[in-house]
Amino acid sequence: MTGRRLQEPLGTRLDRARRIGFEFNGRPLSGFAGDTLASALLANGVQLVGRSFKLHRPRGIFSCGVEEPTGLVDVGAGAQRTPNTRATLVEIHEGLIASSVNCWPSVGFDLAALNNGFSALLPAGFYYKTFKWPGWRVFEPSIRRLAGLGRASGERDPDRYEELSAAAEVAVIGAGIAGLSAAVAAAEAGAATVLLTSSAAPGGSLGWRAGPDRQRVADLAARAAALGVKLLTRTMAFGIYDHNLLCAAESLPAGTQAASAGRLRERLWKIRARAVIAATGAFERPMLFPDNDRPGVMLAAAADKYAQAYGVACGGRVVIAANSDSGYAVAASLRAAGIDVAALIDRRPPSDIAASQPGLRIITGAAISRVFGRRSVRGCTIVAADGQGIRPERIDCDLILSAGGHAPAVHLHTQAGGRLRWVDDCAMFVPEGHTPGLASAGACAGVFAMEDAAGHATELGRALARGQAAPAAPVGGAGRSLAAAYMPNVRGKQFVDLQNDVAVSDVGLAAQENFRSVEHLKRYTTTGMGTDQGKTSNVNALVLMGEFTGRHPGQVGTTRFRPPFAPTSVGLLVGRRVGELYRPLKRLSAEDWHAARGALFENFGNWRRPAAYPLAGESLDAAAQREAAAVRRTAGLLDGSPLGKLEIFGPDAAEFLDLMYVGTLSNMRIGQARYGLLLNEHGVVMDDGIVARLGAQRFWVNTTSAGIERSSAAFEEWLQCEFTSLKVLVTPVTSRWGNLTVAGPEAWNWLAAAGFDPALAPQRMAHMTMQECELDGVELRVLRASFSGELGYEINLPDAASHALIERLWALAPRFGAVPYGIEALEILRTEKGYIHVGTDTDGTTLPGDIGFGRAIERKAANFVGRRSLLTPAARDPGRLQLVALLPTDRRTRLPVGAQIAARPPPTLTEGHVTSSYHSPELGMPVALGMLARGSQRLGERVRVHHLGSRIEAEVVKAPFVDPAGERLK
Amino acid sequence: MMHIPCPWCGARDENEFVCGGTSHLQRPALDVSDEVWGAYLFFRDNPKGVHLERWRHVHGCGQWFNAARNTLTHEILSVYRMTDPVPQ
Amino acid sequence: MKYSAWSLLRGALGGHRQWPPAWRDAAPKPRYDVVIVGGGGHGLAAAYYLAKNHGITNVAVVERGWIGGGNTGRNTTIVRSNYLYPESARLYDFSLKLYEGLSQALNFNIMLSQRGQLMLAHSRHDLDSMSRWANAMRMNGIQAELLSREAVAALAPVIDLSPQARFPVLGAFMQRRAGTARHDAVAWGYARAASALGVDIIQNCEVRGFINEGGRCVGVDTARGALRAERVGIAAAGHSSVLAKLAGFRLPVTSYALQAMVTEPLKPLLDTVVISPSTGAYVSQSDKGEIVIGAMLDLFPSYAQRGSFAVTQAILAATLAIFPSFSRLRLMRQWAGIVDVVHDSSPIIGPTPVPGLYINCGWGTGGFKAIPAGGWTLAHVLATGATHPLAEPFQLGRFVSGRLVDEAAASGIAH
Repeated sequence: MTGRRLQEPLGTRLDRARRIGFEFNGRPLSGFAGDTLASALLANGVQLVGRSFKLHRPRGIFSCGVEEPTGLVDVGAGAQRTPNTRATLVEIHEGLIASSVNCWPSVGFDLAALNNGFSALLPAGFYYKTFKWPGWRVFEPSIRRLAGLGRASGERDPDRYEELSAAAEVAVIGAGIAGLSAAVAAAEAGAATVLLTSSAAPGGSLGWRAGPDRQRVADLAARAAALGVKLLTRTMAFGIYDHNLLCAAESLPAGTQAASAGRLRERLWKIRARAVIAATGAFERPMLFPDNDRPGVMLAAAADKYAQAYGVACGGRVVIAANSDSGYAVAASLRAAGIDVAALIDRRPPSDIAASQPGLRIITGAAISRVFGRRSVRGCTIVAADGQGIRPERIDCDLILSAGGHAPAVHLHTQAGGRLRWVDDCAMFVPEGHTPGLASAGACAGVFAMEDAAGHATELGRALARGQAAPAAPVGGAGRSLAAAYMPNVRGKQFVDLQNDVAVSDVGLAAQENFRSVEHLKRYTTTGMGTDQGKTSNVNALVLMGEFTGRHPGQVGTTRFRPPFAPTSVGLLVGRRVGELYRPLKRLSAEDWHAARGALFENFGNWRRPAAYPLAGESLDAAAQREAAAVRRTAGLLDGSPLGKLEIFGPDAAEFLDLMYVGTLSNMRIGQARYGLLLNEHGVVMDDGIVARLGAQRFWVNTTSAGIERSSAAFEEWLQCEFTSLKVLVTPVTSRWGNLTVAGPEAWNWLAAAGFDPALAPQRMAHMTMQECELDGVELRVLRASFSGELGYEINLPDAASHALIERLWALAPRFGAVPYGIEALEILRTEKGYIHVGTDTDGTTLPGDIGFGRAIERKAANFVGRRSLLTPAARDPGRLQLVALLPTDRRTRLPVGAQIAARPPPTLTEGHVTSSYHSPELGMPVALGMLARGSQRLGERVRVHHLGSRIEAEVVKAPFVDPAGERLK
Repeated sequence: MMHIPCPWCGARDENEFVCGGTSHLQRPALDVSDEVWGAYLFFRDNPKGVHLERWRHVHGCGQWFNAARNTLTHEILSVYRMTDPVPQ
Repeated sequence: MKYSAWSLLRGALGGHRQWPPAWRDAAPKPRYDVVIVGGGGHGLAAAYYLAKNHGITNVAVVERGWIGGGNTGRNTTIVRSNYLYPESARLYDFSLKLYEGLSQALNFNIMLSQRGQLMLAHSRHDLDSMSRWANAMRMNGIQAELLSREAVAALAPVIDLSPQARFPVLGAFMQRRAGTARHDAVAWGYARAASALGVDIIQNCEVRGFINEGGRCVGVDTARGALRAERVGIAAAGHSSVLAKLAGFRLPVTSYALQAMVTEPLKPLLDTVVISPSTGAYVSQSDKGEIVIGAMLDLFPSYAQRGSFAVTQAILAATLAIFPSFSRLRLMRQWAGIVDVVHDSSPIIGPTPVPGLYINCGWGTGGFKAIPAGGWTLAHVLATGATHPLAEPFQLGRFVSGRLVDEAAASGIAH
């Protein structure tokens, strides 16, 4: 194949004034503005582009569009390297770098091409029959090394993607004559219309063909623009989802690489359309003949487009292998472009031929039995298709074009749930009617006659704009075509799927071995499983399967097409949900203050919080020990703002809380606070926290910081769906209220020095009460409660004011020896006190009785959420895991969290596990909590704790470890 | 992605909602048998076809509502309030 | 005909004309000892083990579509036995052990690839949970180890290991025996072996009802006539409730769509299976080079094998959070299976309220890895009428007694 440029007016897409340099496999080349990488490579005479998946056979450019099975390249360099890019879709730009995939050391000399020599050993599914002994593990590593096509960058993508939503009354996909006609008609009927085309400009095949029809589509495009049709170019509709959500990928032109790092690369369009019209055209079906995969064999319509749109003659002397009338049109077009067509080989008998051309050598009833040349075509042998009447003849040529008929692009129709029917005389699947949301027009509906397509599309656009029924498609105009016919009894592989090296013999083997359903065929042979998703192979494969099993193609059926229509960037689908914007962390309003104190931040759930405040050279653990000790000795300040907060109002608020919580809250006095445990309907502990009564009909509810979302959701669900007669309002206020916790023996002295109301003094304000007050005009809700076991004040205040209050307290801290403390110290303090942390000491199986709430439940008469589930045999099983306190027998070895408790070393039945474990600065030894079978009955028992092969002796002790009488809380 | 007609806000994308499963379950009293309680907690018709279920417009008005939706086609036949009776 | 390198070589010389059908497409007979509804992995495995373990070969597997076309052919092909509770661990490790010998047993290469599974810890709380998990597995006699961040980096350098990551990697928990198997091969291998032992595999045969005589199930009505049987088994995940309704009872099951997707094939870049429970990312690379991505459930009841675009986007975002370099890869195929979701994410294998009718269902998102054990235990109860000891904890009665085996609740992971 000797590609060359043709003279204008051919090359309608090109701007020949702008020459553009690019690099392919390290070789500098050039093309024109408007070229695709494929057209530029062909113009430069580059034939060998890549290697096939299994056999590593040399492959070239096969098509001129999205269906490309073989012309795959890795594009770009460094972090912008994009693997497996179809050369037919890449618009060249200055500095573009591309390289072949799946070859080593080079595309010209590829060691793995040795596979081709053993191809007889590698039929469909060969790997199911062998590599079993001594085990797949022996063979797999080398097979994995050979697998794959392109090479990923392995680096973070520097480019950006965005997502836009749009609504339309009518969305039209494809801007050929059918799509343009439909869009114009819909807009004329008054519908808000959007028109998508994957091309750089509207017009479809009429738009790139040099000739009089160019003006016609240009006029239609102008009319659409004047009517306000929103046109999206370079935008590929890849999926239609529930309720007519049309998703499309817009590519933004690359420009030069140097200036483009961090550029907006692609844009996702999510278009909710009342009606969708698919006008996506048709693919060409390849012919099957031996070595039909050689570089220099390509689709006929593709060669035509390369000539017309890109001014490229893909060869100097052409043989067209046809099965349909479309090959004749291509022959005429190429000859008019000055390309020598040596012969048109038509597989059909003369009676079927609708077209003829003076001066063109047409051989009917014939087919190609052999292709000469490995890396480029040098000629072919023609024989009689049925073995009679034609003497075998060699024809020299450098390009063989394949015109096997049309395959309408029915993908969106089937994605939308539409069915297909087989049309015998033109051997293609077309949509069976329309789906409720989507109708097809033009070639993808099987309407190939131009005026029929334009007329039907116009009617369709108008009808759908008006909400009327879609008119049926006048299928026809494709000419007669035979179903795929392979050449029996000839040497050489006849490829069905060029990318995955699936040959006619493989389909035959699948039929022979009973892999006869379409899906079995696909999965057994891998046909249609490549990056092209079978756009050029599916129909041939199932027609062949029909032939081998005596079935009509319509009986064989088709696989259902799934989104995406064509491979779609992962980055595009993710959009801006990357890096920091992926599930963004919540941050404390006083974060800067914490940072200035040397806070070591960690992620706790969705919050970024100080774990501790290490001094220079201090470890996290050491800092936490120091902070916890300071809280016990003097005072500490914890930013508890992430604590979950709800306000619950209404005449039935108290009754509602009794229904939700394990305990009784309705009998609290105003100002009183109580610990509350929330269950789900399965009786499982879901969350806990303190509830305070602010008024007769007003409650303040704390949840854990991790539990606020599920707890407030549960409140709403029960209120709205079950306790519907209650008059209650639940308001989440977590972000409205900051929370500063001051704890330690000096806590009140510190607050008093800072000017807090003397009414909050421990002598006047009891433990577990809440007061509403002010400090310099800032409203406060102060709760006397403690998660540390020390005198504690939880100061809730408007979040915006919390930073100022921290500063104010901090200025006084030296006087009291006070420190800021983080989550680690808090965990140490609460573990010393034996307080549970829901989600750490409990899991999704823990019932209230397991953590010591059995008595409280017995005392409550009323029903509450989850109560009935506590009465099942499993819930009352005495062998359940129960919360215990544990100490290492040697008083030195910390029990690792997650370690299992069992009398014997593993493997054996576990009796429980360690849930919380810290070194206690107060006691100078490690302390732990755990869940242990029958734990509440086992006080004083010795147990063995197993962790990754080590064993630690421990004993079950009474909690809490520190201040068992609770003196410090008074 | 479905387009769910919230009775208060109008049609919105599915990811603004959460589905709460089968609606119109009758919550038994405390004194029922384990069988009755288990049936309430776990056993469902799980129809292939129209399913009466509840949804919450969680990233919107926050309200729960009922929907009659086809589990095979995802077509939403109607939406109605939590306290409304089962539609015919 | 035995499959081997030698027979393949003979095939190569003879144009591969010697290979017989991998399994017989049988016409339905009016009477069988056992009829199994559902020609997926579990149903085919049950048929094979009925013949192999119990000598019962007068068995039919009736399949509505084509064998292996349900969840067997729609999953992410992962096998593992890293379960917390002894009940689950025993069942799934039995399954993994059967998988380890399956290519030999079936004379069909199922491409079991034990490249390990990494479970990433993104916080110290995660590390603690994984410590519990790994220790619990050792208690159950299953190998498990905790890995440092550096060890993760060595095993899977393509993971984002920067401390600044939104979900930083602090370490991981690993089962080295975990990995993948070729899903279709499992169905085909069982079908071929069962068929060779005399089992009838009947495709394109939808069950329209169960024949009930005197309160006992004595067969099925199908599109291709009535098939009577001593015992009937159901193994039709996704449609378990639909079949139960035909038989006149309800199940504690809701059907949800579970998506999976693959990228275009790439040269090797990820050797193990990686799961990040905090984000939901669940990723491996197939032997063909595709990056295989498993999703979380579409959280509304569905029988549509499509999957919501919102969930596709969410799972890809989770994937990029762990593998930022995957941004320029392209998604090639996305699909969904319909899975049986049970409250405790554990299966049901045993008798139903209808005498003579048995069920294997409720596998949630993890049925593929359980195929050998699910088939084995269903075959046992179909052959003997007695529940297999491994299946004892997994009976319908647990939804009355409350004795759930709640892996998801304990581990936070439902996969």
